Formats: sequence, C-alpha cells, structure tokens
Amino acid sequence: MTATLEVRNLRTHFFTRAGVVKAVDDVSFSIAGGQVLGLVGESGSGKSVTGFSVMGLVDPPGHVVEGAILYQGRDITRLSERDMRALRGNRIAMIFQDPMMTLNPVLRIDTQMIEAVQAHAKVSRAQARSRARDALGQVGIPSPDERLAAYPHQFSGGMRQRVAIAIALLHHPDLLIADEPTTALDVTIQAQILSEVQKLAVTYGTALIWITHDLSVIAGLADEIAVMYAGRIVETGSAARVLDTPLHPYTQGLIGSVPSRNRRGEKLRQIPGMTPSLLRLPPGCAFRTRCPHADAACEQEPEPSQPVPGQTTRCFHPLIAVSA
Amino acid sequence: MSAPIIELRGISKRFGPSYDAAARLGRSIARRLGTEQKNEIVQAVDRVDLSVASGEVVGLVGESGCGKSTIGRMVAGIMPPSEGSVLYKGQDIATLPPDRARDAKLKVQMIFQDPYASLNPRLRVEDIVGEAPLVHGLVKRADFATYLDAQLRRAGLDPAYRRRYPHQFSGGQRQRIGIARALAVQPEFLVCDEAVAALDVSIQAQILNLFMDLRRELDLTYLFISHDLGVVEHLSDRVLIMYLGRIVESAATEEVFSRPNHPYTQALLAEVPRIEARKRRFTAITGEIPSPLAPPSGCHFHPRCPHAMPRCVQEEPQLRDIAPGHRSACHLNDRL
Ligand SMILES: Nc1ncnc2c1ncn2[C@@H]1O[C@H](COP(=O)(O)OP(=O)(O)OP(=O)(O)O)[C@@H](O)[C@H]1O
Ligand SMILES: Nc1ncnc2c1ncn2[C@@H]1O[C@H](COP(=O)(O)OP(=O)(O)OP(=O)(O)O)[C@@H](O)[C@H]1O
Ligand code: SF4
Ligand code: SF4
Ligand SMILES: [Mg+2]
Ligand SMILES: [Mg+2]
Repeated sequence: MTATLEVRNLRTHFFTRAGVVKAVDDVSFSIAGGQVLGLVGESGSGKSVTGFSVMGLVDPPGHVVEGAILYQGRDITRLSERDMRALRGNRIAMIFQDPMMTLNPVLRIDTQMIEAVQAHAKVSRAQARSRARDALGQVGIPSPDERLAAYPHQFSGGMRQRVAIAIALLHHPDLLIADEPTTALDVTIQAQILSEVQKLAVTYGTALIWITHDLSVIAGLADEIAVMYAGRIVETGSAARVLDTPLHPYTQGLIGSVPSRNRRGEKLRQIPGMTPSLLRLPPGCAFRTRCPHADAACEQEPEPSQPVPGQTTRCFHPLIAVSA
Repeated sequence: MSAPIIELRGISKRFGPSYDAAARLGRSIARRLGTEQKNEIVQAVDRVDLSVASGEVVGLVGESGCGKSTIGRMVAGIMPPSEGSVLYKGQDIATLPPDRARDAKLKVQMIFQDPYASLNPRLRVEDIVGEAPLVHGLVKRADFATYLDAQLRRAGLDPAYRRRYPHQFSGGQRQRIGIARALAVQPEFLVCDEAVAALDVSIQAQILNLFMDLRRELDLTYLFISHDLGVVEHLSDRVLIMYLGRIVESAATEEVFSRPNHPYTQALLAEVPRIEARKRRFTAITGEIPSPLAPPSGCHFHPRCPHAMPRCVQEEPQLRDIAPGHRSACHLNDRL
C-alpha cells in the first residue's frame, strides 16, 4: 500500500536579507491512511513551515529548495497551481495555527463556508448552507443558524478556531494537517473535536498530521510521533516509545518540562540556554550548546540512526546507550 | 491579604449586532433575502464580581466562548462594561481623571490570546516592543538598545530578530513578542489570555518561571486565563470557573482540584488529557451545548448536566459559600 503522504528530504528555506533561514532542513516522514502522526517540537523549529510546504503555500522569500512530497505516490511539488488548487481544501486540508489565515475578517461566516463547500462540490446554495450548518454543529458551535450570520470578530478565539476546523472537515480530506487546532478550546470541547477527527480517520481513512505543543493530547491521539528541533526531525517512533523511553536529549528535556511532571508552585524544569538562531546554527548537532551529553563527537553532523527497532534519532549518544 | 488592586463589581457585557459598514450591508442583503436572524444580542458576561489582591495569581477557566477574554479586556480597561464598574486600587476607572486613567492603563497590561491579530503587521519588533517604554519615559534613548535586547531575551526571543516584522515569526515567537511588549512597560497587573498556549512546554516553562520570578521580585499580580488546567494548577493561588457568562465556582487552587463541587468543574477535570494515556477514544459531549444567544433558563449548565433536576430549569442557582473560601452555584448544594 502506498502511503497517503510521504515527505522525502524536504528543505524549505527563507532567503532573507539577513541570511538564509533554513526553516525545514532535510525532513522525511510518511503517513498512511487512518493514521495519526503527532508533530511536536521546539517553537520555531519548522512545524508550520513543513505543513505549508505540503500545502504548496510557502510565501516568498521562502521556497522548497529540495526534496519530494508524494501524495498517494505523486510528487505534488511539481503540480501546476491549478492542479494544486483542486487538491487543496478538498483532498488535502490544513487547519492553520492562526484561524484568521482561513477566515476573511470582512465576510460573514456563511458566505465563507458556502464558498468553501461550493469550491469543490456541485451543490446548490441552500444545500451548501445546510452542510455548513451541520459542520458548525459538529464542532460544538451552538445556534449554528444564527452564528452563520456573524462576522469572525464577533466570535471568541475558540469559536474562530472551531470554524476553521469545520471548514477543513467539509470535504472529508484524505490528508488533514492540523496546526495547533485545539489550543483555544476547553477540554470538554477539545474532546468533542478529537472524537470527530477520530471518527473521520476511521470512516474516511483520513491521514492526520497533528501539530501541537500539548503532549497529553498527542499521548492519547497519535500512533507515531515526530519531534522537531531547529528545522530537523530529531526523533521518531510510536507514541509510547517516544514518550516513555525517549532517545534524544531534547525529547527528554521537553517531557520533563510538562507541568504535571513538576511540583506545584515550584520552578518548572526548563531546557537550559536558548534556541540557536536559525541564521547562525553551530556546526554539528544543533542541540549541542544546550545538551548535557554533548562531547567532541557532536561537532559532527548526526545522521538519523535506529538504535532500537521502530525508533529513530539524530544523536551520537542516544539515551538508550547511556542507561544500558 | 493586601487591598485589592483590581475589583470588578457586578460587571456585565452585552454585544449587540455590529454597526460597521460591512455588517450593515450584510444585514440589508439578508433582509431582502428574508434570511435575517432574530436574536443578535450576546450576553457575554453576566453580573460578575471579582477582586484580585496585590501579588495574587487568579486563574480563570471556562468553556470556549464563555466570556473570559471579555472579562480580561474589561480588566485591562480596553473595553467598557455594559453594566457595573471596574475599580483600580479602589477607584472606578470610568471616573478617573485622564492622567490617572492613562497611568492605570499602563500599569494593567494584557497579553492577547490571538498574538497575530494583536500585533501591528507594519511595525518591526523593535517598535512593537520598544515604542511604549520610550514614549512613557521608562527608558532613555541612550539606553534603548540595551533595554530592548534585555526585553526580547527575557521573553526567549533572539535580539538578532529585532528588525523583523510579525509575519516572519512562528506562532510561538509571535506570542513571545506579545509577552515582551506587555512586560516592557513594567506593569503591576498582567492579564494573561492564553499567554503560553502557543509555546512548547520547555519555552512555556521558561516563561512561567519568569512570571513567578516577577511576582516574587516585583509583586506582580496576574489574572491568568487558560484552558490548560495543568498550567493553571501549577501557577494559581485561586481559580475561578466560568460557564456561559457566569462564575459557577471559585476556590483556592488545591480545593478546586481536589474537591470540585460544580458539575461543570467536575466534567472539566474528568476530561483533562493525561500524558500517561495511550491511544484513547475521545468522547463527544452529551447533551446540547447551550448558546449565549439563547441562554438556557435557570442554571445555564442544565442541558449538559447529568444531575439536572426540574428546579434547575426554572431557577438560577446563586454563587454562595459551601465551605470557607469555596463558592459554587449549584442547586445540589441545597440538599446537603
Ligand atoms: N517569512 C519568514 N521569513 C523568515 N523566517 C521565517 C518566515 N516564516 C517563518 N520563519 C522562520 O522559520 C522558522 C520555522 O517557523 P515555523 O512557523 O515553521 O515554526 P513552528 O515550529 O511552527 O513554531 P511554533 O510552534 O512557534 O508555531 C522560525 O524560526 C521562523 O522564525
Ligand atoms: N466584538 C464582539 N461582538 C459580538 N460578540 C462578541 C464580540 N466579542 C465577543 N463576543 C461574544 O461574546 C462571547 C464571549 O466571548 P469571549 O471572547 O469573551 O470568550 P472566551 O471565554 O474568551 O472564549 P475562548 O476560550 O474561546 O477564547 C462569545 O459568545 C462571543 O461570540
Ligand atoms: S548529538 Fe550530541 S549534542 Fe546532539 S543531542 Fe546527541 S548527545 Fe546531545
Ligand atoms: S444547578 Fe442543576 S443543572 Fe446546574 S449544575 Fe447544579 S445540578 Fe446541574
Ligand atoms: Mg507553528
Ligand atoms: Mg478568549
């Protein structure tokens, strides 16, 4: 079976006046229908840009400079803008981190949702409206009829987020990239949304890429996890393996910072030092200046390796070797 | 406890239909098409009382759309209440003389939930963060560069990015611009509206540790709005739970988390995702989600409440003491 999405050696760089920002630098992963891939990692490490690259939505001065993005075996980096537009929002959808990337502030919600339905389905306006209405109900927006007539600024942060989710779900995509989709939702509504996407994955075989900082959500939702740091994937594996026995020191540091793993009121554990600027990455391992296990070997570039079956990492001293 | 720095007395906020040109046009078209909607009044906040002591951290939690950001905006003085008053150090901010009002506004800062919409896209980071401190004389021209560097670094931003525009940053980096901007004017009170939601847990820890340091060093006071109950539990002294415009429970943090009283609070705590869980099935909400456009009668939570009784449909439960310092608004407490 071909994967729904396979990304091979993707590099997306921004050519700014201050220098080249290597936002995504040699990223590879693949995901099958019905599977959930949790994409986590440092803020600014390239998660959203990875999503934009798959969607063909990287704005200049950024470009995909290398690599292949195979959707059902077809390299979509080579598609014309017209063919891409037919896929986008239809077979491949993205819930953006900022819901206002989906929503137009001067148009009513109904106008926007009806347009989104009719862009890819030959239905009447009334049918489109009723589909929009049902979609709002699905994401837990009460009084959908009245709310359809509102403007985005009349919605709370979480309601805007849910409208963006509803639009992404309209056409039951084969691939859904969800970028921090539930940060503005209370846990009961979040559970409602997560149950809807689980249904989507089961019913339509949708492959989900779930980008989030909430490791507890990922723990309950994802099959596989990929951890990003400074434009690279530094660890992959099943959710259980990555969360229970992380191999990469960055992953371990990240999990240690979760508030529930710290004592109330005390200082939270944080990874020492600051994220290196993507403009001036030190040679070798990008985590080197912050890593407790760094040594001379780490001045070379670590390549992905598989120290234990089913779990990969980019590190010269994966944690399994330390404890074994 | 010291005197309240911020006090809300019976504040309500209603939103009518908007009257900007686009909305008017939309409505007139809707009228012609005969699709005009009836009720357009949202009761976003409904008679809320709240008092925050100097140096206190109050957590504000609740359903999406229940009015938390609206309360935050009223506290920060950037949105007037429809009813009731907001007191800053015992004085109604609506009646302060202009210079004192300006001072109060500077001392109460808000970190906005939506970092992108709250940053002027045409300004560079150095102006977004540095302008207000310069204008208000908090820093001299000569010291500006050093001051700005320190402000950016403190929020976990590389000062090398100072000449960038907001769209050139990731979501979490934008959020840190908002944090740096709010802290740069040396406030006394900080409204944090989902202020760390877009940060990875390590940078989040860095920012939360910074908040706790500032509290210890400068007696900074916080209204901390968040959906992340783990963060709220870690940071807050006291927690308020809101549902559809009303406060339904308030108590010391440990009390709320160990003995939640209100059925909505109990539902929230039951759904908190745990990092220990693996591949679980998430459950949809049972019952109908009530709308602030047509709030249910009596207790707003009754359409979703597993314990609802006939009385809950008719009578609004009052927020009252159920234990020292613990208040809840639920009729079940009458049977005790
Ligand atoms: N237009 C741009 N010009 C220059 N650099 C950019 C631009 N857009 C993004 N970047 C940089 O690319 C890097 C990756 O950004 P991206 O938005 O993918 O991060 P992210 O992992 O999604 O982070 P977050 O969790 O904070 O949203 C960041 O360091 C960001 O500063
Ligand atoms: N400018 C506005 N015009 C009309 N209605 C508004 C406006 N701002 C907010 N509302 C409405 O007021 C209610 C409360 O909104 P608010 O933003 O305070 O919610 P919230 O608790 O912060 O939610 P979230 O957790 O989703 O951010 C919502 O029903 C919203 O639709
Ligand atoms: S390669 Fe070296 S510096 Fe990098 S994470 Fe591994 S041990 Fe640390
Ligand atoms: S008052 Fe009634 S409906 Fe409301 S929370 Fe209590 S039991 Fe449930
Ligand atoms: Mg992002
Ligand atoms: Mg809000």
